[in-house]
Amino acid sequence: MLEKAIRDELRAIVGEKYVLDTPNELYAYSYDATPIFQAMPDAVVMPAGAEEVAAVLKLANAHGIPIVPRGSGTNLAGGTIPVEGGIVLNMNRMNQIYEIDQQNLTATLGPGVVTADLHAAVEAVGLFYPPDPGSMRISTIGGNLAQCAGGMRGLKYGVTKDYILGLEYVLPSGEVLRCGGKNMKDVAGYDMTRLLVGSEGTLAVITEITVKLLPLPESKRTLVAYYTNLVDAAKTVEKVIADKIIPATIEFLDQSTMKVVDDFAKLGLPLEMKSMLLIEQDGPADLVEQDIERIAEIARQQGAAEVKLATTPEEGAKLLAARRSALAALSRLRPTTILEDATVPRSRLAEMVAEVERIAEKYQLHICTFGHAGDGNLHPTCMTDERDQEEIKRVEQAFEEIFHAAIRLGGTITGEHGVGMAKMNYLDLKAGPGGIELMKRIKAAFDPNHIMNPGKMFAGSGRRRVVVKR
Amino acid sequence: MSTAHRGGLAKFNMDEIMNCMHCGFCLPACPTYRETGLESQSPRGRIALMKGVANGQLAIDPEFEKNMYACLGCRACETACPAGVSYGSLVETAREVVEDDKKSGARQPFLRRLMFDHVFPYPERVRAAGTALWAAQSLGLQELANKTGLIRLLPREMAEMQQAVDRIASPKERKQRKPVMQAEGEAALKIGLFTGCVMDVMYFETNQATARLLTKAGCDVVFIEGQGCCGALHAHAGEKEGAIRLAKRNIAACEQADVDLIVNNAGGCGAALKEYHHWFHDHPEWRDRACAFVAKVRDAGELLAELPPLTFTKPLHARVTYQDSCHLAHGQGIRNQPRQLLKSIPGLELAEMNGADSCCGSAGIYNITNFDMSMHILDGKMEHVKETKAQIIATSNPGCLLQMKKGILRAGLEGKVEAVHLMDLLDRAL
Ligand SMILES: Cc1cc2nc3c(=O)[nH]c(=O)nc-3n(C[C@H](O)[C@H](O)[C@H](O)COP(=O)(O)OP(=O)(O)OC[C@H]3O[C@@H](n4cnc5c(N)ncnc54)[C@H](O)[C@@H]3O)c2cc1C
Ligand code: SF4
Ligand code: SF4
Repeated sequence: MLEKAIRDELRAIVGEKYVLDTPNELYAYSYDATPIFQAMPDAVVMPAGAEEVAAVLKLANAHGIPIVPRGSGTNLAGGTIPVEGGIVLNMNRMNQIYEIDQQNLTATLGPGVVTADLHAAVEAVGLFYPPDPGSMRISTIGGNLAQCAGGMRGLKYGVTKDYILGLEYVLPSGEVLRCGGKNMKDVAGYDMTRLLVGSEGTLAVITEITVKLLPLPESKRTLVAYYTNLVDAAKTVEKVIADKIIPATIEFLDQSTMKVVDDFAKLGLPLEMKSMLLIEQDGPADLVEQDIERIAEIARQQGAAEVKLATTPEEGAKLLAARRSALAALSRLRPTTILEDATVPRSRLAEMVAEVERIAEKYQLHICTFGHAGDGNLHPTCMTDERDQEEIKRVEQAFEEIFHAAIRLGGTITGEHGVGMAKMNYLDLKAGPGGIELMKRIKAAFDPNHIMNPGKMFAGSGRRRVVVKR
Repeated sequence: MSTAHRGGLAKFNMDEIMNCMHCGFCLPACPTYRETGLESQSPRGRIALMKGVANGQLAIDPEFEKNMYACLGCRACETACPAGVSYGSLVETAREVVEDDKKSGARQPFLRRLMFDHVFPYPERVRAAGTALWAAQSLGLQELANKTGLIRLLPREMAEMQQAVDRIASPKERKQRKPVMQAEGEAALKIGLFTGCVMDVMYFETNQATARLLTKAGCDVVFIEGQGCCGALHAHAGEKEGAIRLAKRNIAACEQADVDLIVNNAGGCGAALKEYHHWFHDHPEWRDRACAFVAKVRDAGELLAELPPLTFTKPLHARVTYQDSCHLAHGQGIRNQPRQLLKSIPGLELAEMNGADSCCGSAGIYNITNFDMSMHILDGKMEHVKETKAQIIATSNPGCLLQMKKGILRAGLEGKVEAVHLMDLLDRAL
């Protein structure tokens, strides 16, 4: 509980209505989309602009009160769980698009804008913001930025970090700073913009974002290929790229994921198949036509049992929508669904999938795998029940082994979901002790009193997936 | 913890609560979340609160009660949820838990008890209330009350909503209804018309129109003796016991009548009728009877779209927009059939509105219990109606119809836009 004087000050800053601290309201911000983690904040504050954010941070900094910035709470790393209590700073009132600059091809907006709303607004004027996380109908741009969210178009277009040009951000001291801008080229000093992308709310609060836009591709086509084994699917991905074709999307689903998605979306998938690839190319119509024909040919050569081209844009959209629903559809199987985010170089994809299968078998767990094959970004997803403590222990062990396998194959512990609490025990696998030490020093420069999202990224106290009660 | 509290908690279906994976896909579909931006006003948030209550981390208190009742029960979240969480039954349980707790603590508002225990369960009392309203209308009392401000003696919410009530049928008209209406030509089906409680008083003519349409489509229509309120309002308000009592009565009455199908024209009632079997989890002796009943239930629009096409003789030259009834669209999955029927009327032009299947804010008695939120949602809806430039708003549920009429008044569209039940509109073109 915050002292009354502090609560009163918060109310004076943002207004009576925008400080929530009744039991139900606090409880409603004690979780995010990450299973099992939970902890109560002391207050939820909903600022309307940078000045209000600055005043709240200054107050919190003076009293050592933790600040947990929050978009829509769709992250899968426990990034918005207020493990050390404090203030959840809910950014969703800052949801205005200030400008779509058609000359410079940029948009400037508040962090609380929902990703899909940005898509709709820029597409209405023939422009394109490529990052498209599966959660885009609800996730916010601020959250995307703080997690460096990826999506299905990552292969050709990159991820969030490739589209962030400029930022306004607030330090715990209350200082409001800017970095980057509308310049496509800008090398003045350290690249603070890049540093803040993926900072998971541990350095500063982002209050305004300028993103880069592209012209909207004029057409797209989708293709599905089904395989009787995993290796042929992985080989198709390699061969397509070796052939110098970069599709917008190459998504991978294993057999168990296919079954669940089919049951949910009623697509009539051939469920006897071991895996499938969903490939989409976009661009000028004749080029797309040419590429997609060639991809179909390669898929067949690599042993695809069946290759199907979507004939209408609606058909293509339906297939991709089904892929987007994979995680949620899987969650129908068991009460708790833990999705992970191991990533390997593209060429090690088949090995990684095989490793996941082996590990699932070893620990007697139900793990389905799907993901962004074109990026080597896999989501091994475990269907379990958090009430079964013994099983959850095995899940922990299995994922630990999966992360080790990813690192061994030259990969990383997370491709797009971030470290948060879920993976803080594994960060040293990737960053090494020296790397972690440097990161901590950078954090101290931004946030000397450690109020920004404490207990995330490098707490490393051996804490596992547990319900944290306060 | 009181005994009632413990009993209430056991009622929660923990597996169903756990099925929610907090993905948030339901958030943009939820009208109350869109209005407030608050997690506690979203489906994901409400399920979390239920979990908090179920595992003892949160109390069953006025705040929890307020949050559970702030939900419209529109079930748009169920359509959006990829994990298939049955939110509708969860929120019903949550309200039941709240009501159980209140009964044990004897903090019961008088008006609520009056309506749920002493009015809705008794068709004759609903009719008597209707007669009183009719008398008031025909004597010009309603208008007088409106003009003189006497109306202010009613709670504000009720006073506001009654402005949208149309002239209702006289007791004489109601008495003249024949218990059976013969099919035109050879009868293919024998249909029991579920007339509802409020529906049969406030929208008596709509029931008559439905019956006429069904006879045209080759059905014998029976007004089943002994039927009454479907129990939806009770169930949605956490009065499960009362709801079950009403369901038993309806099941028994329909068994007696021996009909092929049971047809209704109120999306909200229909959804409840189709869920009777879920209500009898703990009543094995009633389960099979409920299942047999449920198998026969059809929405009038759903059935008419399946029967041989009606022949319309009077073209309707109008632009019409269709407001989905939540319990028809999200609850029963019936979206196309009403639109198909509308398009079959010669001359009629169907203009889809943005967010047609998003709740209008009526939601049973929500527009009385949560008047301000309801009106916010309604005003947003009316903006979408205006965009369509439609002259008629068609709906498939009496609650939505009343709300649309209220919306027309609020938007200053009187005389320009009319709200009509789908059955009445079809009947006009016969
Ligand atoms: C079904 C489903 C599918 C998903 N698919 C993908 C996918 O394809 N690709 C992908 O990358 N992710 C995916 N995710 C994960 C998640 O949606 C992303 O991480 C998303 O970017 C989170 O956005 P949010 O607005 O919900 O942020 P939140 O979850 O609220 O916050 C995420 C992090 O950002 C910080 N933060 C939020 N706003 C600010 C701000 N203004 N300033 C500073 N820090 C801030 C928070 O402190 C937190 O650490 C998926 C999640 C779900 C549930
Ligand atoms: S039933 Fe409607 S109002 Fe209630 S939570 Fe679901 S979408 Fe929101
Ligand atoms: S969409 Fe379904 S699973 Fe996801 S948060 Fe909403 S209710 Fe839960």
